[in-house]
Amino acid sequence: MTSSADHHGGHFTLGRRRFLGFVLAAPTLVAAARLGIGEAEAAVPSNPQASEAYDLNDALTDAARPTANLITVQVNPDGSASFALPRAEVGQGITTAAAMLIAEEMDLPVDKVHVSLADARPELMFNQLTGGSNTMNAMYTPIRVAASIAKGRLLQAAAAELDDVSGTLTAREGLITSTTGAVLSYGDLAEKAAAQQDSTVETQLKPESEFRIVGKPQRRVDALAAVTGKKQFTTDLAVPDAKPTMLCRPPTINGSPGAVRNTAEVLEMPGVTDVVPISSGVAVRAETFGQCIDAVNALRVDWEPGPVEGQSDDSVLAELKAATPPMAVPEVPGAKSVDAEFAFAFVNGSALDTNAAVADVRPDRAEIWSSMKVPIVAKQEIARSLGLPQEAVRVHVTEGGGSFGRKLFHDAAAEAAEASQKMGKPVKLMWHRVDDCRQGRVHPMSFSRIRANFNDDGVLSFEQHHASVRTDFSHGLGEAVSQSVSRAPAGGVGLSESIFELTQNSPYNFGATKQLLTETHQSPEENQPRGTFNTSSVRNVYSPNVRCAQELVVDQLAEQFGEDPYEFRREHVKNDKLRTVLDKAAEVGEWGKSLPEGVAQGIAVHTEYKHATACLVEIDCRPETVNRPIRDGVTGPRVTRGVFVTIPGQVVVNPLGMEAMIQGGFLDGMAQALTASVHLVDGHVLEGSWDNFFYARQWNVPFDFQAVILPPDPQDQVAGAGEVGVAASFAAVACAYARATGEVPTTFPINHNGPLAFEPKPFVPPLPPSPTDGLRYTY
Amino acid sequence: MPEHTFKLNGEQVTVDVQDEERVLWVLRDVLGVTGPKYGCGINVCKACTSHINGKAFNPCSVRIADVGADDEITTIEGLPATAGAELHPMQEAWLEHDVAQCGYCQPGQIMAAVAKVRQAREEGHEIRESDLDEIRNICRCGTYFRIREAIRTGEQNM
Repeated sequence: MTSSADHHGGHFTLGRRRFLGFVLAAPTLVAAARLGIGEAEAAVPSNPQASEAYDLNDALTDAARPTANLITVQVNPDGSASFALPRAEVGQGITTAAAMLIAEEMDLPVDKVHVSLADARPELMFNQLTGGSNTMNAMYTPIRVAASIAKGRLLQAAAAELDDVSGTLTAREGLITSTTGAVLSYGDLAEKAAAQQDSTVETQLKPESEFRIVGKPQRRVDALAAVTGKKQFTTDLAVPDAKPTMLCRPPTINGSPGAVRNTAEVLEMPGVTDVVPISSGVAVRAETFGQCIDAVNALRVDWEPGPVEGQSDDSVLAELKAATPPMAVPEVPGAKSVDAEFAFAFVNGSALDTNAAVADVRPDRAEIWSSMKVPIVAKQEIARSLGLPQEAVRVHVTEGGGSFGRKLFHDAAAEAAEASQKMGKPVKLMWHRVDDCRQGRVHPMSFSRIRANFNDDGVLSFEQHHASVRTDFSHGLGEAVSQSVSRAPAGGVGLSESIFELTQNSPYNFGATKQLLTETHQSPEENQPRGTFNTSSVRNVYSPNVRCAQELVVDQLAEQFGEDPYEFRREHVKNDKLRTVLDKAAEVGEWGKSLPEGVAQGIAVHTEYKHATACLVEIDCRPETVNRPIRDGVTGPRVTRGVFVTIPGQVVVNPLGMEAMIQGGFLDGMAQALTASVHLVDGHVLEGSWDNFFYARQWNVPFDFQAVILPPDPQDQVAGAGEVGVAASFAAVACAYARATGEVPTTFPINHNGPLAFEPKPFVPPLPPSPTDGLRYTY
Repeated sequence: MPEHTFKLNGEQVTVDVQDEERVLWVLRDVLGVTGPKYGCGINVCKACTSHINGKAFNPCSVRIADVGADDEITTIEGLPATAGAELHPMQEAWLEHDVAQCGYCQPGQIMAAVAKVRQAREEGHEIRESDLDEIRNICRCGTYFRIREAIRTGEQNM
């Protein structure tokens, strides 16, 4: 963004800018702020590469700005504060960060702030979308304003109560103290500070120099619940009569049920209460999920083929290649070029908590519980499909056991609502893991073609044409972005292209630079629900693949110039921040140290989500490491060391939380480079479990990993952390592998085209039988 | 339906379920003990890891008929009592290292960690990198680094 201070919301440079908020009529004190305040205004930069100045975060924030609706901080009679966060907590730590912001601004202990997840609130429009690592960017100021107003109001009430006109009352740890030693707690004042009617209030935020909580490592507010098993996820909820429900799903992706041959027979099975076909399969409700699994496997269903029947990895890749336009930059006389092509396989997007929802649909109303990042869209679509008015559908957002793009969609909630309506009973619907792998949303396959022209003077041009299977943005991220996209330089192009423009850039000065996205599977039929592959962004939409391809070419360019990959990057990065993180990564990771043959380092940078990042890895590709035996697991090259450095924007609310997200993002990037993909064969995904889809496991984890968070850049906006670790890590691992083996990989993950590492489970019946030999594996 | 009785977290319980029912669903759907999580149902993800007679096992893969009246099952809910404390030292270590992110896998991770330390002790050594590499529990958030650190801390206090 531009660097003018007031443009920036002023909370750093003009730390004492005044903000407007509200106190609302309520039995105890309720302070409110508008979402969208304090954020940067839309700026249309003239820069040739859009995402450097105006990125997806800006687009999401801008999209939310016109909504005039409020978030509220309530002060309770026990002195605690409550806040319903209009976002989804799926492990990224935003409930902790929100509690810290409120505690800081109110001068309360963090454990006195209760953050829950708000139900779907349609009036918030696009401001109830959790995605693009945008939460802290969009919520930082509004949460502080509401909390600040609450504290101001408490001080006023205390002054009235104590007849204090001195203006010297101080608030600390939930207590207000006068110079004469009188003490009132926030609890004493919760009702006295309450408003009889709504009114507008002006407030000043605490200067960031006085922060005592924000910016300091804070353990998660839900940690105790997590380690004692008390944290509740969707399937842990005890909604009356919401009995276990599972679907018998088609053998091929998005097939649909025809005749069910043995409904009566399955209804006779132990515990089974209902067998009902719905759009995506045949729903079975029983007393236990164990009974559901057995009943699903007993069903005999005639299946209609799905929309991608017959398609395989090879056919999709051929389609992507055909859709990639030829290079536009002409060959330059006397110049040489590096030409490269890379293929990226489909990647499983499963969270550990499979798609699940509870639904209680009655003739005149419905209530839904699920982990959803776009609950407003869920509410609207479910109401429409049930034939109920939107107000008759209550949608509760539950804590999610991971998301990885999945929870941008409400697939399980839609199915649960349909099943509950057709059965006339409440259901607790859960996807079996096999279905989650085979029918669940995946990161789309993509293909990248790059040409870099150079001569003795340097790199003259860098051109990248990236083709991807359509990423489904129908969850509303699309609408949010498309609404504001006319204000961005990419105005007028399609949605996916807009998101691509807003997120992608080259961090290097390589002369004329051009990037282009083409998406396949975009016909009107394919754009219907379940119309083609089920895709989602899966932690970073385009960047991991796009940047991995670029960085591998950067290493090849360095080689052409006879330069060290780190030094070459140093010379060509576009700004000092990238040079700083690169230097730090090289320093901490001891770039260039002597290593045995078959072991090498790789280094890469990336800019996104208001971070400048660099990653250095060391990988061991020696045969004794690659071939180390692990039962039912993939070993392969082992990353033995990782260093990830970032300069985040403006402020790091919780360094401990950001570090955790960087560690997780690193493992994601590493796994996508080495082992994590799904195989598409004849319309089926072969992978059906965690011992088929090889996301990182303990035996893949580096022995040494350091996340280095450098001081934030006050000129940039508040950084998000959810996805920031992935892209540079993916690229650095790929570069390290190429240097260790002397071969530049062209397909990712590198083992994707090798022999299949597992025996695919059958497709009919759809679920593997529940094992009975568990006692043989005790330890 | 047949009656099955076993010890759960220190108390004798009796349930009326089919012999074939897997223990995970007896715990979760019948008894409402939801600490052990479902993540695969085929003994791969290990999210449901609990203890039977002090050893780690996965209740998704054991029939209730194979659990006897003298068998003692411990879930995350009953783990602190085995150490006679509010929290088991391994849970304390988890808090100290702020291991959890979404938290879904963490009950299983902690139960696996406790068993792994006991196993190493029985074999007469401290936890080694190779022992940690053997832990199969999936954490999709990628908390593996902190899990490794916390197990070493928990081991010291067990």
